Amino acid sequence: MTESAQSLRVLVVEDEAPIRRFLGIILGSAGMAVEEASRGRDGIERAATSAPDVVVLDLGLPDMDGKAVVAAIREWSQVPILVLSVRDGEGEKIAALDAGADDYVTKPFAAGELLARLRALTRSRRPTAAETPAVTIGALAIDLARRTVTLDGAEVKLTRKEYDVLALLARHHGRLFTHRQLLTTIWGPAHVEDTHYLRIAVGHIRDKLGDDAADPRFVLTEPGVGYRLK
Amino acid sequence: MPTTEPDRPDPQALLDAHRRDGRGRLKVFLGASPGVGKTFAMLEEARQRQRAGRDVVVALVETHGRAETAALVASLEVLPRKTVPYRGQMLEELDLDGLLARRPQLALIDEFAHTNVPGARHPKRWQDVVEVLDAGIDVTTTLNIQHIESLNDVVASITGVRVQETVPDEVLQRADEIELIDLPPDELINRLRDGKVYVPQQVGKALESFFTKGNLTALRELALRTAASRVDADMLTYMQAHAVKGPWPTQERLLVCVNEAPVAKALVRAGKRMADRARIPWIVATVVTPRHEALGEEARATTTEALRLAETLGAEVVTRHTERDVAAELLAFARSRNVTRLVVGRPRQRWPWVLLREPVSDRILDLATDFEVTVVTHRARVERRRILSAPDMAGWRDWGAILSETCGAMAAATAIAWPFSAHLPVASIAVVYLLAVSIVAFRQGLAAALLASALGFLTYNFFFTTPYYSLAVEQHEAVVALLVFLISAVFTGTLASRLKAQVDSMRAARRRTETLYEFARKIAAATKADDVLWAAAAHIAVTLNCRSLILMPGASGALEQVQGHPSIEELDAKAEGAARWAFERNEPAGAGTTTLPTSDWLFVPLATARRILGVIGVQFREAQGLDPETKRLLLAVEDQVAVALERFTLAADLEDARVSAEGEKLRAALLNSVSHDLRTPLVTVIGAVTTLADAETVLTAENRSELIGTALDEARRLDRYVQNLLDMTRLGHGALTPNAQSVDLREVVGRVRGDLARPLAGHEVVVDMPRDLPRALVDPVLIGQALANVVENAAKYGPPGGRIVIGGQPTDDMVILTVTDDGPGIPAADRERVFDQFYRAARGDGAPSGTGLGLAIVRGFVEAHGGRVSIDAGPGGRGTAIALTLPRAPVNEPPEEAR
Repeated sequence: MTESAQSLRVLVVEDEAPIRRFLGIILGSAGMAVEEASRGRDGIERAATSAPDVVVLDLGLPDMDGKAVVAAIREWSQVPILVLSVRDGEGEKIAALDAGADDYVTKPFAAGELLARLRALTRSRRPTAAETPAVTIGALAIDLARRTVTLDGAEVKLTRKEYDVLALLARHHGRLFTHRQLLTTIWGPAHVEDTHYLRIAVGHIRDKLGDDAADPRFVLTEPGVGYRLK
Repeated sequence: MPTTEPDRPDPQALLDAHRRDGRGRLKVFLGASPGVGKTFAMLEEARQRQRAGRDVVVALVETHGRAETAALVASLEVLPRKTVPYRGQMLEELDLDGLLARRPQLALIDEFAHTNVPGARHPKRWQDVVEVLDAGIDVTTTLNIQHIESLNDVVASITGVRVQETVPDEVLQRADEIELIDLPPDELINRLRDGKVYVPQQVGKALESFFTKGNLTALRELALRTAASRVDADMLTYMQAHAVKGPWPTQERLLVCVNEAPVAKALVRAGKRMADRARIPWIVATVVTPRHEALGEEARATTTEALRLAETLGAEVVTRHTERDVAAELLAFARSRNVTRLVVGRPRQRWPWVLLREPVSDRILDLATDFEVTVVTHRARVERRRILSAPDMAGWRDWGAILSETCGAMAAATAIAWPFSAHLPVASIAVVYLLAVSIVAFRQGLAAALLASALGFLTYNFFFTTPYYSLAVEQHEAVVALLVFLISAVFTGTLASRLKAQVDSMRAARRRTETLYEFARKIAAATKADDVLWAAAAHIAVTLNCRSLILMPGASGALEQVQGHPSIEELDAKAEGAARWAFERNEPAGAGTTTLPTSDWLFVPLATARRILGVIGVQFREAQGLDPETKRLLLAVEDQVAVALERFTLAADLEDARVSAEGEKLRAALLNSVSHDLRTPLVTVIGAVTTLADAETVLTAENRSELIGTALDEARRLDRYVQNLLDMTRLGHGALTPNAQSVDLREVVGRVRGDLARPLAGHEVVVDMPRDLPRALVDPVLIGQALANVVENAAKYGPPGGRIVIGGQPTDDMVILTVTDDGPGIPAADRERVFDQFYRAARGDGAPSGTGLGLAIVRGFVEAHGGRVSIDAGPGGRGTAIALTLPRAPVNEPPEEAR
């Protein structure tokens, strides 16, 4: 892990100098190479010129709307983008995620939380991870090649859509998927507003996995945003 | 020291007998400024009382370091004070509970206007005093003139210092005794120079300019005047209690006596001028006798109008009833109200009537030897506006009816009497005619009665007295009989017609009362000014059979139609002019008046004693005359509407005042909270971090991690606090727009548990929500925050290792989320208040820290979703159970192929 993290290059786009400095220290000490930008335009430029592995983007930049920065980067790059949002900025956060950001962390955040998110985001980027034939989370095992799900060794019967949802979450476990992303990928763009499809599928998945929404073991809810697998 | 104690038997002692049982007596030592010696006087009096065997306790007296005061205090029993922690200081306050438990006969409580430390039972000391009095304990207290609320402005304008601590006047009015402690300004300044006066620090620099001779003289006058007016009120009570006949020349009152005479209004105006000039209160009274009831409508309207005028001019209006002696009744009333000056009118009476009945004014002049009486004479042209004047005569049609009925009655009487004439004495026949005259009188009134008696006399004479069939009279007895007949006919006729008039007037009065009562009920039920106006317009239109309008000044000051029945009208220039005139001059204008009489509309002002609110307009379908009845109804409705509207204005004013006071309080609480609650976590964070940064401090690994842990916890607390403040601001600005969606509350609970993992670490959390709990239609983020606040409170107030149960159950259209802890619970009395901003149920040092915002936010968020929050004791009366009731989401199942 440390071995692979060493080669990770992180671009931090943040206007507050103390937060930039603090991010530099924690990311650096986790073995990542940090590049900094304090303005949105500067950030977009650097994302293009230095091709980082992941971008940490503050949504409250003075010169540009965070969502516009995400959209600008997404025009030519699939680099994972982690946005830093404030708690009152729900709408802005969701807009950034819908524009193509991959996950978010709410300020103020703990260092461990940020690093975990960054790892989840970069995991799927690694060539080996993309071809993972099976994902195991505690007692839950998902065989992506054979499309089977087992819990404590016993097979769990899922419908096609339920399996698709679980498989998508599992393939990038730890990573946040917005309702919109899940709906477009699994039900198609025509059903992007049918959030009840998704939540009923997730409800069934939880029931079948013996998972409890009030004390989740596998599927985590980000209220109003989406889901992720633990 | 000179006092206001009058040189006569102590009225207080006498009044004690009338006092409501169980309430203590309040005595106030009033001074013009600090330093006049109120406290000293209070203590000296207390010592005298103690010597007289009273159980006296010094509940709270400030000696301000004066030795002689301290010595006096030492000679009395002193109640220990309560120390109250406030902002790290220990402040001493009155121990109210201690005093109530001690139950002395008399308690000394200094500085009536004092403001208590925040968090005390009552914000003000005078409220403490009221409680002590209600408990049956007598209280003696001290007060400076500038602390009386109504004098606050006056004092501020004299001294330039505005004191914040004030006592409402009504509390002072409840005082059983006020003793003025007076000290000439020069002496006070000397005492000040000698350092004998304690100078409160908060007054600060303003003091130098406060104790000037000019100021002190002005304040002294104010204090003397206040005490004097108080003595006057005392005396009135005394006189009433002992049926002492006044007047004693103290505060004068002026009484204007009015009746149906046309001079009434002039009298009222004269009275107003005199009262204004003498600056004394005035009363306008009228006395109603049975004779009154029989009076014509127009005459009665004169009295009513005069009384209304008096009311709008600010007089106290009184109506008395008596059987006969109007003058005696008026004088009895005048004496009972301590009136010294009377204003009466002198009617223009024609000569023969003066012999029959003495005018009331003359009788008053005879009897009122101890009054100053002003007689206003009836000038040739009395101001007599012909507004809404009555029709002058009964129509000729009525005369036709009277004539035919009278002739008919006489013919019938003759027909009945004829067969008996041969057998009965002539005098008996007369009785039949008398009966006929009475019937006519009762049915048609006095004029008909007189006509009937004349006709009856002639007929009787013609048919039944010798010589028959001639109007000549032969026998002497017959002449006497005829005369007696004529006189008794006139008398019975008059009596009967008066009776008829009374019955008619009573019927009319009842009808009037009924319609007015109905109207009063309608406007009493109105909750908005608009409802009152609507009811008024409708009532006038229906009862007067006319079109009605109500106009009030709009934002620009121009009159606008606010209500109309049946509809709002297009007014022509004449009508508009009349409306404006009525509004500006406060007098009726338009049809039937002397101003713009050619207009179709009549406008009467809608006015209270304070101001003119608008005008009422009426338009009759045909040019019918405006009889006094109509006029009176219009005025009565106008009165009630004006009063109702005034009530709304006052209520709105009060509400405004309350809201702004509330805002002020909240701002203070916010400042206090921000300065305290923001800083406290920072103290810990900065302290911990600097310790860690200091290379010289050697820390064990354990200490180190503990420091880091506390710093982190405090930083998180700060974060939550800032969040709360932001949320509160969002709620306050109405910037909160919940993004409601169908939400599984179990998911919200899961998320909250994850977020609060640390605070919940020491607690057992039980989720008791059925898996098929219906979904709620809410904003998951906001409801998550609300739930987090509730759960965090449960963790904070519940004992370590305690149980927190999060439950959920559906109702027909809602979902209820409950959080139950087994902490100390919240007293029932506080349950509503915990939702107030900055309120915390548990007080004192041991209470867990918090901002007092959490539950206010919960309520704000939940109510923004159309839900509600309630708070109760947990199962078995232990702990706290908070329930969030949220709307249910509609069920929405996806099609089969999408699964």
